[in-house]
Amino acid sequence: MAKVVSLAVLLGLWALIAWLAQSPLLPSPMSVGEMIVADTRSGELPFQMACTLARVAAAFAIAFTLGVAGGYAMGRSKLIDRYADPWLVVLLNLPALVIIIFAYIWIGLNETAAIVAVALNKLPNVIVVTREGARSLDPALDDMAQAFRFTWQSRLRNVVLPQLAPYLAAVSRSGLSIIWKIVLVVELLGRPNGVGFVLGSSFSLFDMTRILSYAISFVALMLAIETFLVQPLERRTNRWRRNAA
Amino acid sequence: MNDVRTAGAATPLEIRIDSKTYVSAEGKPVEVIRDLRLQLDAFSFGALIGPSGCGKTTILHIAAGLDPNFIGERRIPGRGRLGMVFQEPRLLPWRTVADNLRLVLSPDESLDKLDGLIGTLGLGAHLSHYPGELSLGLARRVAIARAFAVRPDFLLLDEPFVSLDVAVAARLREELTTLTQRERVTTLLVTHDLNDAIQLADKLFFLSTRPASVAVEMALPPPRGARSKATIDEIAGEVGARVPAYMPDVART
Ligand SMILES: Nc1ncnc2c1ncn2[C@@H]1O[C@H](COP(=O)(O)OP(=O)(O)O)[C@@H](O)[C@H]1O
Ligand SMILES: [Mg+2]
Repeated sequence: MAKVVSLAVLLGLWALIAWLAQSPLLPSPMSVGEMIVADTRSGELPFQMACTLARVAAAFAIAFTLGVAGGYAMGRSKLIDRYADPWLVVLLNLPALVIIIFAYIWIGLNETAAIVAVALNKLPNVIVVTREGARSLDPALDDMAQAFRFTWQSRLRNVVLPQLAPYLAAVSRSGLSIIWKIVLVVELLGRPNGVGFVLGSSFSLFDMTRILSYAISFVALMLAIETFLVQPLERRTNRWRRNAA
Repeated sequence: MNDVRTAGAATPLEIRIDSKTYVSAEGKPVEVIRDLRLQLDAFSFGALIGPSGCGKTTILHIAAGLDPNFIGERRIPGRGRLGMVFQEPRLLPWRTVADNLRLVLSPDESLDKLDGLIGTLGLGAHLSHYPGELSLGLARRVAIARAFAVRPDFLLLDEPFVSLDVAVAARLREELTTLTQRERVTTLLVTHDLNDAIQLADKLFFLSTRPASVAVEMALPPPRGARSKATIDEIAGEVGARVPAYMPDVART
C-alpha cells in the first residue's frame, strides 16, 4: 500500500513539474504513457525490449554457470584458489567500460562480443559470492552423505545446493540489476537494436519522451521479473527456515 | 591406510590403528591414537568407553571409512552396509523428517517399508516436520531411524543418549537392543557412560588416555540388553577392579 502511495506521489510531482516547466525536455507522464501505448501497438517497444532481455538472459546464464562452477571449485580446493585468485582480482578491478571496449575490438561489433562483455563483467562477482558459499559448506554433512552413500547427484541436490541457495539467490538478485544496466551500455556502444540502442539514438535527437518511455518500460519489466520470478524462488528455497528453532 | 572388505556375512569387525595424528591449531602434530586394536564378532555389540576427548569419535570415523588419514587397517563386516548415528543428529535441515529418511533408501524403495521402524521410534506424527522444529531427543530418534533404514549390517553409534531425558534414553536403549538383535547388526557404541555400556554390550573396550589404545577388553555374559540391576552392579564392580586407572572417573559421569 505504501508503495502505491509513494509511486502515485512521484507521478503527481512529475506531472506538476512538467506542467510548470512546459518544456520538451520534461514531457508529461501523459505523453510518455501515450508513446508507450503507441509503440507497444506498433510492436516497436516489445521488439526492442525482447532484444535487450535476450541479451540479459544469455549473459546471465553464462556468468551464472561459469561463475558457480568456478567459485565452487575455488571454495573447495585451496590449490585452485591460490592459482585462480590473482586472475579474479584483475577481473574484479577491470572497469566495465574497458571490458566492453576490448570485447568489441577483439571479437568484433557483434552479438557474441556484446554478450561476452556483459558476462565477463558479472562473472567475478558470481565467483566471489559462490566461493564464499562453498567455503562455508558444512563438512559434517559431507561426512553424513558419504557414510550413507549418497550418489553425487543426491549430494548436489540435497546437501550442496541447499547450503549454497542463499548465496545463489543473492547473486541472482544483484546479478540481474547489474547485468541489465551493463547490457544497455553495450547496446549503446555497438548494437543496432535493444533498449540501449534506442536510448542512444533518442539522446542524439534530444527525444526525451522516447527516452523516458523506453527507460520506464524496461525498469518496470526488470522489477516484474524480480518480484514475480526471483523473489518467489527465494521464498521457496527458504521454506524450511520458517519454523526453525 | 589399508581397506579390506571380506566376503561373507559373518565376518568380524577389525580395526587396527597403528597411529592417528591430528595437526593442532598451532600447526604441531598431536598423536591421539597409537597401537589400537579392536575386534568385534559378527552380530555382536561392542562398547567403546573412555573419557571425553580421548579419541572415541575419531575411532568411529575411521571405522566408518570417513577418515583415511591414519596408519593401520580396517576390515568391516558383511557387505559393509553402514548405518551411522553421529554425535549430533546431522539431519538435513532443509528436508523434512520423511525426506531425510527417504534419502538414504534406494530410489525404488518407498517410505512404507519403514513403517515399523517409524512406529517403534514414535516418529509417525513428525514425518512432515523439518529438523529445526524437533526437540533434540526427537532429532536423535530420527538419526537412529535413518541409520536403521539402510538395513545396515554394521552400525556405529556415537554417544546417542547424551543430553536426552532419562525416560527417552531408557526407551531408546530398549529399542536399540530389540532392533540390533532382530536385524542381526554388528554394532559399535561409543559412550562415556559405563552403565549404558554394561546394559547394552557383549564386549567392552576401555580406552587409555592419550595416545589412546585399548587398555582393557572385557567380554560380558549373555544375554545383553536385559541385564538386571544386580547384574549391572556386579559387572560394574568387576570393572572397578580391572580398570582402576581411570574407572572412578568414568563411573562418575
Ligand atoms: N579435526 C581435528 N583437528 C585437530 N584435533 C582434533 C580434531 N578432531 C579431534 N581432535 C582432537 O582429538 C582428540 C580426540 O577427539 P575425539 O575423537 O572427538 O574425542 P572423543 O570423541 O573421545 O571426545 C581431542 O583432543 C580433540 O581435540
Ligand atoms: Mg566424541
